[in-house]
Amino acid sequence: MDLPFALCLVSLLIGAAALIAPVAGRSWASVALYGLCLGVSSLLLVIGLWSLVAMGGGAEAPLLWLPLGIPGQGVHFRLDGLSAFFLIVINLAASAASLFAIGSGRHEHAPHRVLPFYPVFLAGMNLVVLANDVYGFLFSWEVMSVASWFLVIAHHRQPENRRAGYVYLIMAALSTQMLLVTFGLLSGFGAHLDFDAIRATPPSLDIARLALLAVVIGTGAKAGLVPLHVWLPLAHPAAPSHVSGLMSGIMTKVAIYGLVRVTFDLLGPPEWTWGAGILLLGGTTAVTGVLYALMQHDLKRLLAYHTVENIGIIAIGLGLALAFRANGFQMGAALALTAALFHVLNHSLFKTLLFLSAGAVLTATGERDLDRLGGLIRGMPITAFCFLVGSAAISALPPLNGFVSEWLALQAILISPELPQWILKFLVPMVGAGLALSAALAAACFVKAFGAAFLGRARTAAAERAVEVERSSLAAMLILVAACVLAGVLPGLVVDALAPVTTLLVGSHLPNQITQPWLTLVATTPERSSYNGLILMVFIALSASLSAFGVHRLASRRRRRAGAWDCGYPETSPATQYTAASFAQPIRRVFASVLFSAREKIDMPAPGDSRAARLTLTIRDPVWALLYRPVAVAVTTAAEIISSALSLSIRQHLGLVYGTLILLLVVLALWQ
Amino acid sequence: MLGQSFPFDMAHMLAGGMVTVSFMLLFQDRLIALIWFLALHALALALALAWQAHRQAADDLYVAAALALVVKAILIPMGLRWLVRHLQIERTVEAVVGVGMAMLFGIGLVALSVMVMLPAATHSPLMWEDLSFALAVVMLGLLIMITRRNAMAQIIGLLSVDNGVTLAVVGIRGMPLVIDLGVACLLVAAMVVFAIYFKHIHQRFDSVDVHVLDRFRGEES
Amino acid sequence: MIQSLLAQGFQMMLVLAVAPLVIGIIRKVKARLSRRIGPSIFQPYRDLIRLARKDTVVAHNASWLFLVAPYIVFAAIWVAAALVPTYALGLIFSWSADIIVIVGLLALARFFLALAGLDVGTAFGGIGTSREMMISSLAEPAMLMIVFTLSLLAQSTQLSSIAHYMMTADVGLRVSCGLALLGLVMVTIAENGRVPVDNPATHLELTMVHEAMILEYSGRHLALIELAAALKLTLYLSMLTCVFLPWGIALNGAKLPVLGLGVLIYLIKITVASAVLAAFEVTVAKMRVFRVVDFLNFALMLGLLATLLLFVSRSI
Repeated sequence: MDLPFALCLVSLLIGAAALIAPVAGRSWASVALYGLCLGVSSLLLVIGLWSLVAMGGGAEAPLLWLPLGIPGQGVHFRLDGLSAFFLIVINLAASAASLFAIGSGRHEHAPHRVLPFYPVFLAGMNLVVLANDVYGFLFSWEVMSVASWFLVIAHHRQPENRRAGYVYLIMAALSTQMLLVTFGLLSGFGAHLDFDAIRATPPSLDIARLALLAVVIGTGAKAGLVPLHVWLPLAHPAAPSHVSGLMSGIMTKVAIYGLVRVTFDLLGPPEWTWGAGILLLGGTTAVTGVLYALMQHDLKRLLAYHTVENIGIIAIGLGLALAFRANGFQMGAALALTAALFHVLNHSLFKTLLFLSAGAVLTATGERDLDRLGGLIRGMPITAFCFLVGSAAISALPPLNGFVSEWLALQAILISPELPQWILKFLVPMVGAGLALSAALAAACFVKAFGAAFLGRARTAAAERAVEVERSSLAAMLILVAACVLAGVLPGLVVDALAPVTTLLVGSHLPNQITQPWLTLVATTPERSSYNGLILMVFIALSASLSAFGVHRLASRRRRRAGAWDCGYPETSPATQYTAASFAQPIRRVFASVLFSAREKIDMPAPGDSRAARLTLTIRDPVWALLYRPVAVAVTTAAEIISSALSLSIRQHLGLVYGTLILLLVVLALWQ
Repeated sequence: MLGQSFPFDMAHMLAGGMVTVSFMLLFQDRLIALIWFLALHALALALALAWQAHRQAADDLYVAAALALVVKAILIPMGLRWLVRHLQIERTVEAVVGVGMAMLFGIGLVALSVMVMLPAATHSPLMWEDLSFALAVVMLGLLIMITRRNAMAQIIGLLSVDNGVTLAVVGIRGMPLVIDLGVACLLVAAMVVFAIYFKHIHQRFDSVDVHVLDRFRGEES
Repeated sequence: MIQSLLAQGFQMMLVLAVAPLVIGIIRKVKARLSRRIGPSIFQPYRDLIRLARKDTVVAHNASWLFLVAPYIVFAAIWVAAALVPTYALGLIFSWSADIIVIVGLLALARFFLALAGLDVGTAFGGIGTSREMMISSLAEPAMLMIVFTLSLLAQSTQLSSIAHYMMTADVGLRVSCGLALLGLVMVTIAENGRVPVDNPATHLELTMVHEAMILEYSGRHLALIELAAALKLTLYLSMLTCVFLPWGIALNGAKLPVLGLGVLIYLIKITVASAVLAAFEVTVAKMRVFRVVDFLNFALMLGLLATLLLFVSRSI
């Protein structure tokens, strides 16, 4: 029942896209379309929740076959636990983004470039998680990529957006190519395209290893694993704000869905080396991503790099789960997988929230650069509050949701000394240290972002004049805030909801959380570790009220305003405040001098010369310099050589054909 | 509370202490502090030797411990300090790689030592831990030598390598003392030779930075 | 049930009452060791009462975050301090939060204090906040590595279980324990801004980290923040003593006389720990800001080494 209904809703989205295209410029078009998307997403969210709860009660996964696509094959759909969970993740963020866009859509100056593609984007993402065969998966994946590409180049007048679109297209093509290779290998080169058939005939070990490599590159390019992450910080800021939120928050998660589906479901029994590889990749991505983010002063690029970091954290959980599963420790695998999937949900919530708030700031001030903002907490108090909660959540602070997934990940790391392989025994503590380091650096980065944008004094007139955005946008952000808080204080509900998913993938699940006393979260056994977000929040609130009450009774109530103390210095211009770059300087000096060759050069004028001093900061991105530039140079050189072959004379062309013929004859001779 | 395996635990604790002091040597960049930490290193070695003597009930090891204490923990550091003061050597020691990278590499070396000594684990897990710590001290000492530009610091690294070798040798029951005595005498002789060389180099170039020698040899433009 | 709630409430009040005394003892011991007489050990109480009675002066452009932050900071640190076993193990709320949560609560307090530093928009706030975030970006991973070490030893992340394990099991002398102790002492010094990382007694720009963040606070807000800082130090000292010197802590379900003895022993331990800290502070000089990085790198490496050794062999 729910699967056909879901597919009807998805086709409604596609139909709406087709209908809105001619009338996109009208004043009511934006509100109507986003309202429709909101409705559809909410319904899909309900379907996802319903299915997951039903699956937890032991229902079967519904299947569906439609005679579309390849003639004679048709396309298969399936709604199992994993699909239902990702359906929830996608549509929760999509509903919030659509609600936000109802308000912000009227500021869009090129609606005909955005409105027709947005529903197609949503439809593509939903279809990927529902697909049950190779054709359905790849077709929906491409629809998702192409629709988001159109959205990325919506504002094509700016050159950096065009460059972003170019890089994005190349990386998306790479991703699809690799997925073609993966599915080609898994389906026995086209023998059985159905996922059920692939599950029934697991591939041999060599084929499985090649397929794993291809799928890690393919989905990693879409998710943002280092070194395939370079398109993320270019493309995510280029798109309109609600679309950036969706790209960062859920398109990367769809890529993770692809990775999970292939490695846990379709590849057959894993080896421990696969887990070690993904673990190492995840750890590197997490630390590198947050170090990149610290160097940024563009708000949206900063958020995009944090997406890279969080994908790294999810990959750490997945790698650990694979390693546990390869060694037969089902409980450990369930714990690590739960941590990874919980983080998928959490990240989609708080990243979308942060991007929507950044979008609100962009709408209100027209600025994205942290060095041109400041003091926004006065003009935009609700947006500031939402960004604050999002920052606290992403910095893994209790009692919010980011802390819970980090807690689960650390618990998983603490039971990994049972893993017998030596390389894992050395790799896991290192990755644990990397995880701790990335969490601490993320907190530092968000103190910088929130402080520079919202606190202090306004650095430009635009920031001075900012006012709050539309009410629907605020409502969308507040809904996400509520979701973050709820997931933080009632994590047991989420973990119980994930139980059918982990049972499906690794054959085990965490202890039943609803039955724990006071809704505590228990990772393995209550004696070993437990966490109660609700009691903690109540405890903090009680202590805060008690101290406020005590202070107001016993202490003086008077308060007056005056100029800032500032050690007695008179009031200075807002330019003397710390900027984003100056805030990050100590951390940059500690961490980035090796990795990014960060160098500061100060050019002081001679005494008596009244020109301004100049501070130059050079940062070199090692991934571009070491990987992409050489590849680009090689491709350009090859292209030049080949294009010179087009301007050969007739005699030289004949010579080329003759040479090839001789080569083929030689090969034929040697073959025999 | 202290448990059945207290003798072994104490030995591991002292060996682990030597590894920790080796790490401290790795991130010091002041010459005087480096010399004091070397003295601490040798003191830890002397305590480890004394403990081994107590555990193995071998009296000659007590002599080795006393030798380590007097020569390596007191006389050599005092001699080095005299050199530093007398030659007015530059007190800060430049490192070639950053502290963080050096320490990360050091952790890798400890991991490597543990893995290399794995075959010993099948015989006796306790000897495995002793030997892997000793190998770690040796490797860290070599790392100190490689990552420093100052000749004095390189000598200190060499001395810590010798401490590590002594620790490894002594853990094995029945090692003759004469080898240890021989190595100690060799060291003292080497120190005298180094002192003479330092004096000459410093008089000629006014510095003991080994890069100066590169320029002199014409290998650096 | 009522008894356990009372016991938990008593612990909350105990740490609150002891915190200014810790600061007082440290100042007194430092003064005596520097051949001065020094203030009375009860002076911090008088300072807090005096601050509370004064008017609060707030900058014109300070926002609601500035006014709310002291309460959040104080509440987070108080809750964390209430979760560390002081005189008894297994109090009623100790199972709702383990040592990772305590680290998280301290991070929450630091987050809001850092934001409050940036709120008024002065350069001093920026200095304090950026240096504090740099220090914490190394100190927090070091702390988590030490947490890993202790949890791997005791097979649990609950502080009560860890203390119980260190007290009763056949722990012996372990290299990892020694490394964890050294690392925890270094993190305590760094996180609480004691010499050699930061000098709590000066207000000079070159040496300010914590002081710079709270420069704009006055009156009752400043009293709350100072009390929170004292509580944080008490928390760390309690953690050090409950993990590495756990004898004397009353076990689960002990009777009243044993609990009373536990309180007495706790007070003695805290006094000794404060005196040792003060003696250490007097003997070393403060480090330059970027040498603090080397110091914390070393603590992080110690924690990582200890964890690695425990992963590799359960007996090292």
